[in-house]
Amino acid sequence: MSAKTLYDKLWDSHVVRCDDDGTCLLYIDRQLVHEVTSPQAFAGLRLAGRKPWRPDANLAVPDHNVPTTDRSEGISDPLSRLQVETLDANCADFGIEEFAMNDIRQGIVHIIGPEQGVTLPGMTIVCGDSHTSTHGALGSLAFGIGTSEVEHVLATQCLIQKKAKNMLVSVDGQVGPGITAKDIMLAIIGKIGTAGGTGYVIEFGGDAISALSMEGRMSVCNMSIEAGARAGMVAVDEKTIAYVKGRPYAPKGADWDQAEACWKSLQSDPGAVYDEVVHLDAASIRPQVTWGTSPEMVTSVDGCVPDPVNEPDPVKREGMQAALTYMGLSANTPITEIYPDTIFLGSCTNARIEDLRAAAEILKGHKIAANIKRALVVPGSGLVKQQAETEGLDKIFLQAGFEWREPGCSMCLGMNDDRLAPQERCASTSNRNFEGRQGQGGRTHLVSPAMAAAAAIVGHFVDVRTLEV
Amino acid sequence: MDAFCRLNGLVAPLDRSNVDTDAIIPKQFLKSINRTGFGPNLFDEWRYLDHGELDMDCSKRPLNADFVLNQPRYQGAEILLTRDNFGCGSSREHAPWALFDYGFRAVVAPSFAEIFANNCCKNSILPVVLPAETVAGLFDEVEATPGYRLIVDLEKQQVITPSGEAFEFAVDPFRKECLLKGLDDISLTLQHVEAIKGFEAKKKGDEPWLFG
Repeated sequence: MSAKTLYDKLWDSHVVRCDDDGTCLLYIDRQLVHEVTSPQAFAGLRLAGRKPWRPDANLAVPDHNVPTTDRSEGISDPLSRLQVETLDANCADFGIEEFAMNDIRQGIVHIIGPEQGVTLPGMTIVCGDSHTSTHGALGSLAFGIGTSEVEHVLATQCLIQKKAKNMLVSVDGQVGPGITAKDIMLAIIGKIGTAGGTGYVIEFGGDAISALSMEGRMSVCNMSIEAGARAGMVAVDEKTIAYVKGRPYAPKGADWDQAEACWKSLQSDPGAVYDEVVHLDAASIRPQVTWGTSPEMVTSVDGCVPDPVNEPDPVKREGMQAALTYMGLSANTPITEIYPDTIFLGSCTNARIEDLRAAAEILKGHKIAANIKRALVVPGSGLVKQQAETEGLDKIFLQAGFEWREPGCSMCLGMNDDRLAPQERCASTSNRNFEGRQGQGGRTHLVSPAMAAAAAIVGHFVDVRTLEV
Repeated sequence: MDAFCRLNGLVAPLDRSNVDTDAIIPKQFLKSINRTGFGPNLFDEWRYLDHGELDMDCSKRPLNADFVLNQPRYQGAEILLTRDNFGCGSSREHAPWALFDYGFRAVVAPSFAEIFANNCCKNSILPVVLPAETVAGLFDEVEATPGYRLIVDLEKQQVITPSGEAFEFAVDPFRKECLLKGLDDISLTLQHVEAIKGFEAKKKGDEPWLFG
């Protein structure tokens, strides 16, 4: 038998049937459901008189629309409320388990899956959300789908798919002190571009990826879609097994022993062939800050906003110029001379406990700078929030001048009330710096939690490694 | 879904690369629990001068005259001509729903984001990939020729210009079949119920922890 990649193994073990042209039926082990991309899927089921194939394979949670302020009075926006209530009703009607808004386990769908052991190594995992790739950190095949496919999975437990190509992104050697998973991923996107992964599933490998915590690997896999890839994944190792063990929905007893033995084979075989291999030198990665309106518009904190005149491709040049106009930036401005108005610490990329710890470590004993108008911490789940409070992180954030919020997607996309005003500039730990993403006219700079915290104290972007804390 | 066969449509040029689905349909419109009605909010933040919300009457909102879809010559366009990596970002199917509701039936670009292209095919919109230089040439022709139309022939896999020049494009055979016949994926998959049940039974034996 020829050597297989991790993706080959995950793919092959889930193919129900295949046509000659490579169109396959792929079995889906787990579907995560949220309120924004599911109402029309449930409506479609109803219209056709269909029922979910396996209700127990689904888990639902409201996250995009939920308020992050006091929830005791419910959701004030009638449209958001209707959408969340529609999810509640659909889950009740179709027998799907839901962590409702006031459940302590509620949180961002891609945070709660691994946290609960609902998403496991070796699974195929889908969700009507492009950041489903996050779960690939566990050694699973996880990818985002549209609403028609949400309905398809509900109805059939399968998806019609063609296999993607294999790409290995190897981050060789070790990163320097103070360099985080977010910096690694932004550097990867800067190198291969936002369409660099189109048509591929990316396996992240190399010593620097092995050295990351499971939460760090989740931050990396999370942004696979920002590199255009269908999915991102990391091989199973001892860290993966230790992370999963004991989680509420993880297998127990004899099931655990059998599962563990099975998961230990979830690595690419020696000699497995990739269609594309990209190498990055970990030691050369510095703290990253985006300057434009696409995640590939990124540079190191010690760099400058690039000058479009140096770009030979006219389409790209115009894109850069448009981005600078939108962002209110001039070419050649040092990154450290950019002053955010707002700090957002949250999102499925960076709202896990390690992210909050990293930011709190920088903020401890400091106050946000006078020019920072607001600073939000939005934990990824009720349990992350609870853990942070147990560790006293909430007090550090509050003393520094941050607001301590309830869990949800929040200002990553601003479907609730947390959004930027026009021209408001934000240092954000989220994943997209698109025009209007965090609010119409808002200006987003993507950074790691530590870099966001450093910018909060100093008032402008600064190399967190040089900060005296 | 509706079948897609052959389209002879007016072309509107959107000269940007990396147009993301947040731009195609901004987040506030995702609060709708319906599949239709997104057309008036397609490209909302570029198309109007004010801030749009889901329950607004768009016919009374101030238009951005500079935005291409607001120019009189492109009214009634059914083919959107654009640049690389169209539809990147969020997986929201509201993006093709909005394009379809507005009246677009095909999008021509040098490349598409994968989830978006897949979502289009589920909604009777054909994503047509042509080489970047061909697309660049089409941009010049559209600009120079008011009323410029293209024929998109899915059966023959060709884009045909008014002068009769034909550009071949590739399309996945399965997607082509589904689009030509307007097939529903779920019905197709349910033809294989026994195969799915058999696969599932074996899986239950091999990996019991995945069930219940």
